[in-house]
Amino acid sequence: MTATTLFEKLWQAHLVEADTDGLPAMLYIDLHLVHEVTSPQAFSLLRERGLRVRQPSRTLATLDHSTPTTPVRADGSRTYLDTATEQQVDALIRNCSDFGVSLHGYDSPDRGIVHVMAPELGATQPGMTIVCGDSHTSTHGAFGALAFGIGSTEVGHVLATQCLLQHKPKTMAVIVRGQLPVGISAKDLTLHIAGQVGVAGGTGHVIEFRGDAVRALTMEERMTLCNMSIEMGARAGLIGADGTTIEWLRGRRQVPQGDAFEAAAKHWRWYRSDDDARFDKTVEIDAGEVAPSVTWGIDPGKVIAIDAPLPALSASNARAFEYMRVTPGALITGVRVDVVFVGSCTNSRINDLRDAAAILAGRRVAAHVRMLVVPGSERIKREAEAEGLDAVFRTAGAEWREPGCSMCLGMNGDIAKPGELVVSTSNRNFEGRQGKGVRTVLASPATAAASAIAGVITDPRRYQQEAAA
Amino acid sequence: MSGVSSITSRSVALPIANIDTDQIIPARFLTTTSRAGLGRHAFQDWRWREDGSANPDFALNRPEHAGAAILIAGDNFGCGSSREHAPWALLDAGIRAVISTAIADIFRSNALKNGLLAIVVSPLEHASLLAAAGEALTIDLRAQRIARAGHAPIDFTVNSFARQCLLDGVDELGYLLARQDAIARFEEARP
Repeated sequence: MTATTLFEKLWQAHLVEADTDGLPAMLYIDLHLVHEVTSPQAFSLLRERGLRVRQPSRTLATLDHSTPTTPVRADGSRTYLDTATEQQVDALIRNCSDFGVSLHGYDSPDRGIVHVMAPELGATQPGMTIVCGDSHTSTHGAFGALAFGIGSTEVGHVLATQCLLQHKPKTMAVIVRGQLPVGISAKDLTLHIAGQVGVAGGTGHVIEFRGDAVRALTMEERMTLCNMSIEMGARAGLIGADGTTIEWLRGRRQVPQGDAFEAAAKHWRWYRSDDDARFDKTVEIDAGEVAPSVTWGIDPGKVIAIDAPLPALSASNARAFEYMRVTPGALITGVRVDVVFVGSCTNSRINDLRDAAAILAGRRVAAHVRMLVVPGSERIKREAEAEGLDAVFRTAGAEWREPGCSMCLGMNGDIAKPGELVVSTSNRNFEGRQGKGVRTVLASPATAAASAIAGVITDPRRYQQEAAA
Repeated sequence: MSGVSSITSRSVALPIANIDTDQIIPARFLTTTSRAGLGRHAFQDWRWREDGSANPDFALNRPEHAGAAILIAGDNFGCGSSREHAPWALLDAGIRAVISTAIADIFRSNALKNGLLAIVVSPLEHASLLAAAGEALTIDLRAQRIARAGHAPIDFTVNSFARQCLLDGVDELGYLLARQDAIARFEEARP
C-alpha cells in the first residue's frame, strides 16, 4: 500500500461522493460549530426553504464574537455595545431553540470562544471533519481533524445536509526540526513560520505541521500553531494524532469513557501521515533559530525577531511602514505601546494566561498602558481564578474580563483609539482590525506582558532572566 | 440567484497587495442579521472620511470610475476572515467581478456562491490590466475569456461546477438536497 498523508486519510473517510468530471466532492461533516455572527443568514435560508437542521446532534453553538466582556450586572444582564449586537445574540438563542441546536449560552458553565470551547468539551476529536463560519476553525486541526472555515451560505448547506461540496486542496508539509530555545513559545514559532511561508504561501493547500519540535508541543501550543494556518493562506492546518492528543482528550465530557475510550484512542492513532507520505510542497524550519517574534506591518506575514532591525523600505512594504509609523532599519523594541491585549482563539488558554502572569507577578503595568486579559472560556476563567492569576493581573493594573473574542476583532466594542498601538496576542494585524486607525503588533503572551510593564515593545527575556536570576 | 454569463464594464484599479476582508468590510458592520444593505460599508475606512464625506482620493469615489463593476485588485485579494459579508458588500456596492493574481480560498468560494466573479490571471496579464485601468472590458464566463479593445484577450478558468451554477443561476443547496439518499446511506454505513 502506498504511504498516505493525514489529509488524504481524512478526505477519503468523509467522501459521500468522490469528485468526478469536474464535479466537486461531497464531503460529510462530523461537527458543525456555530456562533452568532455568520449564522443568522443561514438560518434565514432554512426558514425560506422550509428546511430543518439535518443533524442537530452534530451541531454545537456558542456566543462569543458580539458578547460584552465587561462585568455582568447583579441582575445577570450585560452591557452590550449597541442594540445590533444584542439582537444578533438574541437571534442565535432563538434560532438554536427553533431548530433544536444545542447552545452554550450565558447559562452554560462551558461557554467560550468557539475554538476554545469545543476542544475543552472533547467535541473536537481526531479523524473528524469540522467546520464553522469562522476562518480560525483551522485551530481544531491540532487534533488530527480536518477543520476549516466556511461562509454563511455553506453554513446553510451544512445545517440542511451535513455536507459540503469541496474541491480537493493540495498538501503542504511544514517540518519544524530541532528544539525551540528555552522561553520561546508556540506563538513565537507560529509567527516565525508565518513570516517564512508568507500570507499567500499556503493558498490552495492544507498544511501539516511535522517534525520533532511540533511533536514536543502541548495540545494548547498545537492549537496556537494550527489557529494561524489561515494567516498563511492555507485552507486548514493539521497535526497528526499521538499520545499527547489522546491523553489531553481522556476524560473530557464528549469523548467515550472507560474501555470505549481505549477503543476510540486506538482508532484515533491512525490519523497521522504515514512515514513516507509525499506532500505537494515542503517548507523546513529550524526550531533552534526561533526568537521572540512580532509582526511589524499590516499583514501577519511581516514578522521579525524582536531583537532584529526592521527591514529596509521597499515598494512592497512602504504602505505597511506608513500605516505602522515605524522606522525602516530601526529596532521595534522601544516603540511606545498604548494598549495590551491578551486573549483570542490564538492565545487565551490557561498556559497563555500563566505565561503572561509569570511576567506580571510583582510588577505593574506602565501608567500610560491599558491592558485587557480576556480568558477564552468560562472554564479557563474559573481555572485561572482558582490559581490566583486574576489577582496577579488585577494587582498589576490589568483588566480581567469575561470570556469572548473581544479585541481580536472588536465587534463587541473592545477596541483601541485611532492611532494607538496595541500589542496583541491575537492573530490578525490588518489595518483597523482593532479599531479604525489602530496599529496592531502581534506577539506572544510573554512579549505582551513584558511590553505592558515597560510601556514600550519589549523582549520578554529581559524579565524572564530577572525571574531566573 | 440570477444567472451570470457576461459582464461588460469599465475597470477600476485598487493596486494594493493583500487586501483583507477587514478592509472590504470592517467587523463593526457584521452585527447585521441580514445580507442586504452592506454596500455603503464596502472599503469603509478607505472610502469615507471621519466626518462621513467621501475620500476624494479613493479610486471608487472618483467620478471617472462611477459605475465601474470590474475591480482589478493587487496580489492576494480577500485574505483573512470567512465573512460572506465581504462579497455581499462588494456586490451591493456595484462590483460584479474581482481580478487579481491570487484570491484567497474562502473569499473566492463565498464570491462565486453569490454571483461575484473572482478571477485569477497571470502577473503579466494583471500588470497589463492595471496599466489600462479604466478601459472597457467584457468578461465572458461561458468562454472564460476577458475581451479588451486594443489588447489581446485574456483567458481564465473558473471550475466547471461553479461556472455552470453561475450560468444557470442555481445554487449548490439544490444539488446537495437532491442527494439526500446518498447522505443517508453514508450515515448508516458509519460505525
